[in-house]
Amino acid sequence: MSHADMTMGGHSAMMERPAFSVPAKKMAMWLFIIADTATFAGCLVAYGFLRNATPNWPRPFHSITNVAIMTFVLLTSSLTMLFAIDAARAGDKAKAFNWTLITAGAGALFALLHVREWLGLIGDGMTLLKNPWGTGLFGAAFFSITGLHLLHVTCGVIALLAVGLRYRGGRYNADDLEITGLYWHFVDLVWMFVVPLVYLLNVGH
Amino acid sequence: MTTAAGQKSNAGRYVMVYVCMLAIAALQFVIAYSNITGEQMFARMLFLAVVEAALALLFFMHLSENHGLLWFVVVFTVFVLLAMQYGWTDSFRELLGAPWAT
Repeated sequence: MSHADMTMGGHSAMMERPAFSVPAKKMAMWLFIIADTATFAGCLVAYGFLRNATPNWPRPFHSITNVAIMTFVLLTSSLTMLFAIDAARAGDKAKAFNWTLITAGAGALFALLHVREWLGLIGDGMTLLKNPWGTGLFGAAFFSITGLHLLHVTCGVIALLAVGLRYRGGRYNADDLEITGLYWHFVDLVWMFVVPLVYLLNVGH
Repeated sequence: MTTAAGQKSNAGRYVMVYVCMLAIAALQFVIAYSNITGEQMFARMLFLAVVEAALALLFFMHLSENHGLLWFVVVFTVFVLLAMQYGWTDSFRELLGAPWAT
């Protein structure tokens, strides 16, 4: 190949095509999601280990109304995120921004409900190291897993607001909104495993 | 797809998947109060969680539209998750003792 070929027409032929025809930024988010899946899976496997190996594991949850509402809010926020991305793809900036704001609002509501639930448990005497129902490992496992998820939700809300505002301002495009949406759906996906394993299996009968 | 008709059909599909996911989540809550053993409860809830996650991956995260990426994500993730199962199953040793130790 001549120098002219390399600098002109041949140049693009020499460039690698994006893996799986996915833009680099989106691929980076997928790799982050895979890595984060391993993080959460590690936590949940460790939790499963502790729960299985500890006789008389506490079952302190008598009412799961709050968790049910939290699940509903988070699932609904995934739907509103999809509406935001659809509107962005259709070029309707105002609608996309509004749906993004609604999604962020639902995320904030979820975080508030989460904190309220934590305060209730702390009020019952549960801390990282001890609780009135049995092994102290329960508090450590519960606060670690739900805390890590809450941290992800909080970061997601901030990211949604930041990306949404920049999208409205014209600095970001629909692809950026979609990539943030991928993260948001992932946060929702993790919650689908946290709820049954951490809450529902510990419902007191 | 950027046409108005395309947007409409997408929204309808999203709502349908969303309703399915809500129903699965509700089923998990029902199982939590059912009179079955812990192992049965764990297996059923985990199965439903996997189905719910698959719906989210395929339709909310659009993996159904890119089979190459779907295989990459699934194979990579499932390998990591299966590798971790070694640690989890080892927890039985804490209760039952090391297998074939006697």
